[in-house]
Amino acid sequence: MIVADKKPIEEIIDMVKGYRKILILGCNECVTVCEAGGKKEVAVLASALRMYFMNEGTKIEMDEITLERQCDHEYLEEIRNSMDQYDAVVSLACGVGVQFMAEKYFGSPIYPGVNTCFMGVTEERGVWSERCQGCGQCILDRTAGICPISRCAKRLLNGPCGGSTKGKCEISKDLDCAWQIIIDRLKELDRLDDYEEIAPIKDWSTERAGGPRKVVREDVRQ
Amino acid sequence: MRLQYPSNINIIKLPCTGKIDLIHLLRSFEKGADGVYVVGCLEGACQFTSGNIRARKRVEQAQEILEKIGIGGERVRMFNLSSSEAPHFVQAAVEMTENIRDMGPNPIKTAMQKAA
Repeated sequence: MIVADKKPIEEIIDMVKGYRKILILGCNECVTVCEAGGKKEVAVLASALRMYFMNEGTKIEMDEITLERQCDHEYLEEIRNSMDQYDAVVSLACGVGVQFMAEKYFGSPIYPGVNTCFMGVTEERGVWSERCQGCGQCILDRTAGICPISRCAKRLLNGPCGGSTKGKCEISKDLDCAWQIIIDRLKELDRLDDYEEIAPIKDWSTERAGGPRKVVREDVRQ
Repeated sequence: MRLQYPSNINIIKLPCTGKIDLIHLLRSFEKGADGVYVVGCLEGACQFTSGNIRARKRVEQAQEILEKIGIGGERVRMFNLSSSEAPHFVQAAVEMTENIRDMGPNPIKTAMQKAA
């Protein structure tokens, strides 16, 4: 899932100061799971903003809506008829949702309510960590299902660097060396010979380095 | 024991403090409560394993938000005691009431009265 973190409330207050009617728009997908932008977080943010502005002596109206997703046309269309009544929208979706909202409702100010961080997993409640950088050319088949692009600080493709000590990365004692995990997994799978194969230079043009990316599938396109 | 505690306290009964959500705490202040305190079982003694631990986290979240929006984080607190500790229950009620009296009324309530 896409992992996001809450934005400090002060930052959101600064964004919406001066508006009279605001929509707080949540998303029922990834940001709900990582407890940053779901229905509950929408209610909490709206309540906090209402109290802040009431305390400041400013009358602000606030509506709360949580869409199934903010990255698909059909769900964003659900609010089309009510968009005119809002001076601004605070979207608690990931950066994808915020942008899609901004593209779709071009004349309305859309503000981000979360900081979008990475694609990752829930290690335990309250702890999320990165697993994929969307490089566009998956090599997990060769690395025993562990990604050196997202989990190695140097994104090395042929074994660990000299900074790997006792299975930990040199950038932090709390961070596992991705290549140590890869080697341990290859051993477990009895595929250690795969480690001897030299990975060719990766084509980074499918990664962000090649500019904004797009996937077009003619087989499903309408 | 028939102990007395301040009459200004409105008790909301819940099956477990784990039922409390952050929004419940915030809405209390939005509706004008001067202070809210959560009384849960002793840590490590929750029948549902971690209800009181979760409540404590939510109380801490509420404290942070209330502090940042200028209402005052100390208006919300968590107390842990067992059901047989009536004197501690009274002690918490008195302590909380005194603290809130010192802080004065919820500024939201005052603002709402001004706006009306």
